[in-house]
Amino acid sequence: MDWVNAIVQGTLLGGLYALFAAGLSLIFGVMRLVNIAHGDLIVLAAYLGLTVVTATGMHPLAALIVVVPVMGVLGYALQRGILNHTLGDDLLPPLLVTFGLSVIIQNALLEGYTADPQKMNAGPIEVASIPLGSLSIGVLPLLTFGIAVAVIAGLQWMFYRTALGRAFRAVSDNQDIAQLMGLNRRHIFGLAMALALAVTAIAGILLGIRTSFDPSAGGGRLIFGFEAVIIGGLGNLWGTLAGGVILGVAQTIGAKIDPGWQILSGHIAFLIVLAFRPQGLFPRVSG
Amino acid sequence: MPEPILSITALDAHYGDFQALYGLDMSLANGEVLAIIGANGAGKTTLMRSISGLMQNGAAQIAYRGQPIGAMRADQVASLGIALVPEGRQLFPSLSVEENLLIGGRMGRKGPWSLKAVFALFPILKERRAVPSTALSGGQQQMVAIGRALMANPDLILFDEISLGLAPVIIKSIYDALPGIVGEGMSAIIVEQDISKALSVSDRVYCLQEGRVSLEGASNTVSREAISQAYFGID
Repeated sequence: MDWVNAIVQGTLLGGLYALFAAGLSLIFGVMRLVNIAHGDLIVLAAYLGLTVVTATGMHPLAALIVVVPVMGVLGYALQRGILNHTLGDDLLPPLLVTFGLSVIIQNALLEGYTADPQKMNAGPIEVASIPLGSLSIGVLPLLTFGIAVAVIAGLQWMFYRTALGRAFRAVSDNQDIAQLMGLNRRHIFGLAMALALAVTAIAGILLGIRTSFDPSAGGGRLIFGFEAVIIGGLGNLWGTLAGGVILGVAQTIGAKIDPGWQILSGHIAFLIVLAFRPQGLFPRVSG
Repeated sequence: MPEPILSITALDAHYGDFQALYGLDMSLANGEVLAIIGANGAGKTTLMRSISGLMQNGAAQIAYRGQPIGAMRADQVASLGIALVPEGRQLFPSLSVEENLLIGGRMGRKGPWSLKAVFALFPILKERRAVPSTALSGGQQQMVAIGRALMANPDLILFDEISLGLAPVIIKSIYDALPGIVGEGMSAIIVEQDISKALSVSDRVYCLQEGRVSLEGASNTVSREAISQAYFGID
């Protein structure tokens, strides 16, 4: 039963990892940009949430109403102001610039909030659970997983059923020809980054409720996000959710064997997938 | 002569150090169909890229309805009502046939062309509307590329190498459809390797040679000898 429990808890944890990964997947899919600062942006969102909660006394989940639009606007400005200038045939400039951005965000957070670990208090929901046979399912992990599924389903719908999603796919296919359709790629990229950081805001708040965070926590989140994207297969959002779940389950099973193996076993699962199926488990069917 | 819809003045175009067009002058009257012929590397595609904004030049070198557009981005040029059917079709592979058409119409310009009108022009596309654009034959892809440009309800449509790589029967059916397309008062520039096809559908013809205009004339009066001389540069 302990093993079943580990798998269930790992699956729910995977929802959080999928949220870390969804933004990464989206911006790589639309503009082939690998955002090294993604983890730090998640932590930034958690700190923004903390500030809103402290200043207004709001519930952390209610703080999403503020943090999601703020991160969205920040994403648009970041893309139009900086990242658009780095995009081109060479993959290196965006990597270097987002790496620099990562250093800047970490140090700004350190300056503004000190290195003390912080946590958002969501009240009784944090310890509430639903008994299920001999298992007990935490309400917060379940809610996180539900939000992850809803976010992925929403992104999937947006990508394949709306005019904006059509524009994202067209720009991703061929930037020149998309311009001929009257699409300004700089604006479309801005919108993609805004959407990615809006998802990042949700991930950051849920992270900050679940666990304590400090300004240097971003790197680890970035790795989990990357691993979930690669395991699932680039460009496939449901695959990203599956990748998050596989990573989460590998971690909880590892922790079950020996608490010290939690992170390691996640990485091992990732390396196994990379070695035997480098295109990921569910790669997007290429056209 | 009626008011020109497009006038090109002393257009130079470069790819890095390589100069592709040298002081090109050209004008297109409203409602006129222009054919552009010339050997490979004569600068035909460069000219199309320059007009559509995929290549940027001096602002005043290209004017559309009197407005300088030479330095505009492609999306700005497109919103003024200029559409390009690019060489090699260039459909969006991750979009279905219908989505490729819809994205062509996203600017919402008023005019006779709609999804319904394009399906009436090319009925096969209606049958295959839901399949990925990559699943179509070359000729059907060209129909989608033309339909996608028409969906923008342009006032000026540019066709780059419209029959390149297509079977003769497909080329014929596309040329049969052309009068119905440009007959609606639309102006058009057709880049074509097939000289007799080009002459048959156009009012005037320009021949390019090494980035310069080597011949200009009315399509029904220009002689074959003059064309071969302009085309190959032999006396």
